[in-house]
Amino acid sequence: MIPFSAQLVNLFAALLLLIAFAMLSQRRILSLINLFAMQGLVLSVSTLIVGLTTQQHHLYYSAALTLVLKVIFLPWLLHRLIRKLNVKWDVETMFNIPSTMLIGIVLVVFAFNLALPISQLSGTIIRSTLGIAMASVLLSFLMMITRRKAVPQVIGFLAMENGLFFAATSATYGMPMVVELGIALDVLVGAFIFGIFFFHIRETFDSLDIKHMERLKED
Amino acid sequence: MEIFAVLGIPLIGGILLALFGCRRWAPELNSAASFATFAASAALTAKVISDGPMLAWNEQFFVDPFNVFLVALTAFVGFTTSLFSRPYMRIEQHHGKLSINQLRLYYSMYQLFTFTMLLALLTNNMGILWVAMEAATLTTVLLVSLYRTPASIEAAWKYFILCGVGIAQALFGTILLYFAAEKVLGADGTALLWTHLDTVKDQLEPTVLSLAFVFLLVGYGTKVGLAPLHNWLPDAHAEGPTPISAVLSGLLLNVALYAVVRSKVLVDGALGTEFAGNLMMGFGLLSVVMAAFFLSRQKDIKRLFAYSSIEHMGLMTFAFGMGGPVATFAGLLHMTVHCLTKSAIFFAVGHASQKAGTQLIDGIRGLIKTTPTVGWGLALGSLAILGMPPFGVFASEFLILTTAMHTHPWATPFLLVALGVAFAAVFSKVQPMVFGETTEQRLPHPPALIPVFVHLGLVLMLGLYIPPYLADWYRQAAALIG
Repeated sequence: MIPFSAQLVNLFAALLLLIAFAMLSQRRILSLINLFAMQGLVLSVSTLIVGLTTQQHHLYYSAALTLVLKVIFLPWLLHRLIRKLNVKWDVETMFNIPSTMLIGIVLVVFAFNLALPISQLSGTIIRSTLGIAMASVLLSFLMMITRRKAVPQVIGFLAMENGLFFAATSATYGMPMVVELGIALDVLVGAFIFGIFFFHIRETFDSLDIKHMERLKED
Repeated sequence: MEIFAVLGIPLIGGILLALFGCRRWAPELNSAASFATFAASAALTAKVISDGPMLAWNEQFFVDPFNVFLVALTAFVGFTTSLFSRPYMRIEQHHGKLSINQLRLYYSMYQLFTFTMLLALLTNNMGILWVAMEAATLTTVLLVSLYRTPASIEAAWKYFILCGVGIAQALFGTILLYFAAEKVLGADGTALLWTHLDTVKDQLEPTVLSLAFVFLLVGYGTKVGLAPLHNWLPDAHAEGPTPISAVLSGLLLNVALYAVVRSKVLVDGALGTEFAGNLMMGFGLLSVVMAAFFLSRQKDIKRLFAYSSIEHMGLMTFAFGMGGPVATFAGLLHMTVHCLTKSAIFFAVGHASQKAGTQLIDGIRGLIKTTPTVGWGLALGSLAILGMPPFGVFASEFLILTTAMHTHPWATPFLLVALGVAFAAVFSKVQPMVFGETTEQRLPHPPALIPVFVHLGLVLMLGLYIPPYLADWYRQAAALIG
């Protein structure tokens, strides 16, 4: 019998995976940012539950850090950016959403197989979610590959970091605090640089479409 | 306390330059901070040579013969590059390519970049190593796009996204490493300290560590520029300002390789097989061969030498992959001589393309007539990087090849063909640049090229004579790596 808290975390893990799939198929930038914030919230709550059940106090801080950084600050920054860049209502033309989803399913199966030997070794209550964490990393990766615009690519990048964070919590109850703080700092600085970059790209190419940036290659 | 001086000076320098980078004396402050960092690293080196390895600040930092030699090298090349960049960036400003605020960004980020590399080298914590490597990307990405041309913005975006994704794989590798270590060392925060991991490496779970190493190698390997993950490297080197190309190529790639080698030591201890070494040899050999064949297709002089960096990083990865005292010694020597030679070449190339107003190989001709010192610097630097005796690159490549013949004879033909192709490609492109006909006038003022000749002089010395204490140091480091 799986304890109630573990079931709860499993539920949140499933939500995380669903959101990853939703992001993969979402074409509107605004909804994409909201999905990203939701993913952060799910992550934060599941970290808190793990912390409460296992009495790992540093997980409270991780949960708080996730809440501030990924649910409040980054979505706020992204909302501000898309308003300033005037791409708030942009809809991306993506081809073949069904086949992207099929590739996504294959990736999930692959991730579960890869994670199986590791989660068997793990002693944490939520070890079974490691496969989900890996799957959401791979799905974010797929999202970055399929997108042709700068903002969704960045959201894919940030979602990948969410997946990695979840992997750390489910395999080991989180990394040491100093490392987590360092990673959070990197994400924060990275987000600012992304912001500066969007304006540079817009200034230079008059659009945030990556397809303008395919000139540098070997001939 | 030398460790804190080595880390503190560039950090404070970066903050000061962010505030005062617009002043006329900002370039001098930049050089002074780099010199102070170099002096502190020399003091640290002297201390480690006399007292042996040391730990500091709750074991969060540690110094052993392997990283202290890279710290000294990084601080030294950081200093000479700041000397080179002083007149170079001023001329760029006079040409109207850069505004005063862009220069402020440049000087501040230059110091912070040095800080992140030194932090990556000195930290004992594998997690902080990752944080510092990611921070090194973040500090340089705005420097690659410093000129704000479409090509430079594209290059910087590619650099950002590819290295960001790559390094995310390394984070997953680090998580797996922590997962394996936590079972042995407990979850009290010491489980990511390299010195602790090193003592218990034979108890770490082999299946987890082999998976972790794959992620770590792919992640940090992206930053090393290993094929097929190298796509960002030629663009970033070609489009950024030349001093940044010099430090990216000479220093950052070394630091990333350092991270791979540190991980390899742990994985080798846990697995007791050749798994990690074989993977590194495979990636290394692929990079050497791929880069050699791309060299002949280059039209841009900085791209040409960027591919040459991929080739040499591949050679080093191959050498560390082979393992054993001789190959590791050769790998360390090659790290040193490649770093010195490649940065010297970039200094000469920077001056040449600045004067010609183009980076295209066809646009630069007859350097020996217009600016003899730049011409000689480029000619000698290219000969050195191509492995001509008596330069130090010859010594290290010779050692790598002879070891490969002994232990992995199947790899030797690939290496020899690649080195031959690289020689033909680079030599045939550099030769007309230096000796070709030109209609341009000889320039009245010779450029300041002391760093170029200091570097080449050191490489020449390392080819002819390695001082006993230096050889001893390499041997100790090689013994650590195994």
